[in-house]
Amino acid sequence: MTATTVDLVDYADATRRYDPVIGIEVHVELGTLTKMFCPAEVSFGAEPNTQVTPVSLGLPGALPVVNGKAVEYAIRIGLALNCEIAETCRFARKNYFYPDVPKNFQTSQYDEPIAFDGWIDVELEDGTVFRVEIERAHMEEDAGKNTHVGGATGRIHGAEYSLVDYNRAGIPLVEIVTRPITGAGDRAPEVARAYVQTLRDIFRALDVSEARMERGNVRADVNLSLRPTPESPLGTRTETKNVNSFRSVERAVRYEVSRQAAVLDAGGTVIQETRHWHEDTGVTTSGRVKSDAEDYRYFPEPDLVPIAPPRDWIEEIRAGLPELPVARRRRLQGEWGYADAEMRDVVNAGAIDLIEATVAAGTSAAGARKWWMGELARRAKQDDLTLEALSVTPAQIAELQGLVDTGRINDKLARQVLEGVLAGEGDPEQVVVARGLEVVSDDGALLAAIDEALAAQPDVVEKVRGGNLGPVGAIIGAVMKATRGQADAARVRELVLERIG
Amino acid sequence: MTDDLTRLSAADLAGRLRSGEVSSVDATQAHLDRIAAVDGVVNAFLHVSTDDALRTARSVDERRAAGEELHPLAGVPIAVKDVVVTQGMPTTAGSKILEGWIPPYDATLVEKIRAAGLPILGKTNMDEFAMGSSTEHSAYGNTRNPWDLDRIPGGSGGGSAAAVAAFEAPLAIGTDTGGSIRQPGAVTGTVGVKPTYGGVSRYGLIAMASSLDQAGPVTRTVLDSALLHELIGGPDRRDSTSIPEALPAIVEAARQGATGDLTGVRVGVVTELTGEGYQEGVSARFAQSLDLLRGLGAEIVEVSCPHFEYALGAYYLIMPSEASSNLAKFDGMRFGLRVEPEEGPVTAERVMAATRGAGFGDEVKRRIILGTYALSAGYYDAYYGSAQKVRTLIQRDFAAAFAQVDVLVSPTAPTTAFRFGEKLDDPLAMYLNDVATIPANLAGVPGMSVPAGLSDDGLPVGFQILAPAKADDRMYRVGAALEAALETSWGGPLLDRAPVLPTALTEQEG
Repeated sequence: MTATTVDLVDYADATRRYDPVIGIEVHVELGTLTKMFCPAEVSFGAEPNTQVTPVSLGLPGALPVVNGKAVEYAIRIGLALNCEIAETCRFARKNYFYPDVPKNFQTSQYDEPIAFDGWIDVELEDGTVFRVEIERAHMEEDAGKNTHVGGATGRIHGAEYSLVDYNRAGIPLVEIVTRPITGAGDRAPEVARAYVQTLRDIFRALDVSEARMERGNVRADVNLSLRPTPESPLGTRTETKNVNSFRSVERAVRYEVSRQAAVLDAGGTVIQETRHWHEDTGVTTSGRVKSDAEDYRYFPEPDLVPIAPPRDWIEEIRAGLPELPVARRRRLQGEWGYADAEMRDVVNAGAIDLIEATVAAGTSAAGARKWWMGELARRAKQDDLTLEALSVTPAQIAELQGLVDTGRINDKLARQVLEGVLAGEGDPEQVVVARGLEVVSDDGALLAAIDEALAAQPDVVEKVRGGNLGPVGAIIGAVMKATRGQADAARVRELVLERIG
Repeated sequence: MTDDLTRLSAADLAGRLRSGEVSSVDATQAHLDRIAAVDGVVNAFLHVSTDDALRTARSVDERRAAGEELHPLAGVPIAVKDVVVTQGMPTTAGSKILEGWIPPYDATLVEKIRAAGLPILGKTNMDEFAMGSSTEHSAYGNTRNPWDLDRIPGGSGGGSAAAVAAFEAPLAIGTDTGGSIRQPGAVTGTVGVKPTYGGVSRYGLIAMASSLDQAGPVTRTVLDSALLHELIGGPDRRDSTSIPEALPAIVEAARQGATGDLTGVRVGVVTELTGEGYQEGVSARFAQSLDLLRGLGAEIVEVSCPHFEYALGAYYLIMPSEASSNLAKFDGMRFGLRVEPEEGPVTAERVMAATRGAGFGDEVKRRIILGTYALSAGYYDAYYGSAQKVRTLIQRDFAAAFAQVDVLVSPTAPTTAFRFGEKLDDPLAMYLNDVATIPANLAGVPGMSVPAGLSDDGLPVGFQILAPAKADDRMYRVGAALEAALETSWGGPLLDRAPVLPTALTEQEG
């Protein structure tokens, strides 16, 4: 690739003068046990070309059969995105020659998607809710995976030869296409990111996919165009392919806004084309020009019969849908009584599930938040781990807070107990016993320490007896020191005053 | 009673195998010997699987000796059209592009044949990818018509029909996209049946046009077709277009028909499939068959199917469209022929182009080009879209016709077998061979060709019977009744009148 200098307009400047319109296509690999059209198993990381059948290799004579589970998952996604579900729909063949497409056509839905006309509310970081309209969600099969060997860049140009792994060929995908997303203004990158993130959360909540971005379970193509004002007709769009992390989605939109603004400023026209996203440099480069778009010669797949999901089945699926992430967050915030900012921090820290489990184990919402967003968040940051990766469970946190609530340990001791739990010394109770951290509540032991302290400081005793309570702290301090902090300071004070009379 | 096991019908041979009178090894060997004797001339087989067939035969004999309950056709040898994939046995579909390819799996119908213990004699010749009506488009040479070795055996399944007509096999499998079972049946004096679309699984059939292709039996008697149809038919979860219900009682219908009573059966002659364009002798034999049916008690009426006129046109848009996509997978990347470009860079795209250029014959290329064009943006509605509308109109014609009659009839093909080369340079003339058979494929209804005698030129004529979808039993009843009446009038099967073929032995002696 030859380096070219591209003019870019400052982002804030660009969005002052242009209105960005985005459109996003998200592909999600469904987590079915077998492929879309054949019983080949699907699992991550298998030896190349071991998860194939005559169907997924496109051998002569092989015929596809639709995976019913994949249809169910597609309907689940459609319903979660508030879509209509088609009474009947068909697959079509998208014809094009490429070695990773074993039949040299992809079996996909074309003009008859299984789900259409939906919407989803997306919550931005500051709590603003933005509605994204969904045009369609359709089923299709994935292609195989090419590895280009011998070139410097791993791309096909300059490669000596290419290898194809058909394990991925035929894995069920659902492609979700938005309508043009308008009105986001300068927050377009943030909206794009939040939309993809929301979808990812939904896929996981629906249990239709592991939805791991780093494995390519979720892949986004980002369309962007600029227009002078929100009232102007839509401008020419570019489609940036395979933007595969949340951060990249945001960056790609920003980059295209700046780039297209520069093109338009210079009096040029944006070319309708596919662009490649470069994760390392954060830029997009020109790919295929779309104006001489390939003719895919779509026609209805004659090897399959139409899918007509019975209405009662759809209602059954609808009834079984889990609570979706945004609704759940709202419900939990209400139940926990967190302020908006507190809730946002919890969400951003990925602590929702942990706090929910801790609360379920008997801790107050405030107590759970105190631990997870306080000491544990600090610890996670220090060790560069996610909260979930810390070696402590919600049940252990609940047990720890229980020990504090019953007065067996104080807050200071609790932090030491937590140390022990994180160090793998066992549950809080075990750590308390093993480290001898329990609050000393045996009055006999305390009195011995108090008598010792009183004997050591007769002058203080005198002052207190004289009605001056100020110096009593010195006695308490000495007792606490003698008990290595394990005494309940309030009880010590009571006993000291009692003893002095 | 003949001692030549190759002259027996499958039903008779099966009876002798059951009674222990003959062994499957003997029957299979007799057919292998016949193949060795005549196939050098007929060229019906692309591959003869001697060892595999004898192994199956031995196993059936052993199992029978052990008292095992076997399929009624167990031990009866069979030939399979080379468009059907057979595990461990070469499968070329008559094309250079698949030369040497050994499939790693069996078609569903082959699984059933193997499970029932029918020794597979080999794979039969055909027009490349089943595209043709004469088998002249095979990449592996012509198959000759046993009635006249200078003439075509029909197509695309000329190999299966010739093998059965030449007594090289009592049973064969054909496939029929526009007439490829029925037209060869007609011109070789054999019985050929295209079942209702979805009646026999397409899993493992190398597809030409998915919405039209259907496998079926090629035999010498109607009862044999019913027996084979029953074996290979029925639902298959690996073929989404297969009919979920069980087959109708076709064997029973064939037996009932053979008793010769068609009282109350209404037979419709399709106006549009008779008269002009049909050879005189063909029309004469057709009329004679109608008289016989009338004599058996059937009521003969004329029925018009006005849209059949457009069937050929619609077919030659739908079939190439689907074929252009189905044949895209032959690209040299995963199996079969791989040709690298003679000069310039060796990229995937250029290897695909070179492979397809070298591996496909002219007729295949012609249809791929036609189909690619018909599906192109801007042409789709006018071509593929319009053709699908015609298809609907043809289905309605059938529905209206079957509201009046039980079966429809016509000559199977407009002419008897033509000479090699006669129509090779005139694709349209070649395509017209299928004018009477194509409507059934477009509508998905079943069709059968029964030998109706010889035309003035001494060559066989076929009588076509069409029935409503899923009512295949009707055509077996009528077909068996007609067959019985005709054979009575002839004093024996039509094939008894076929000329004696030169055998390898007589050639040596001569």
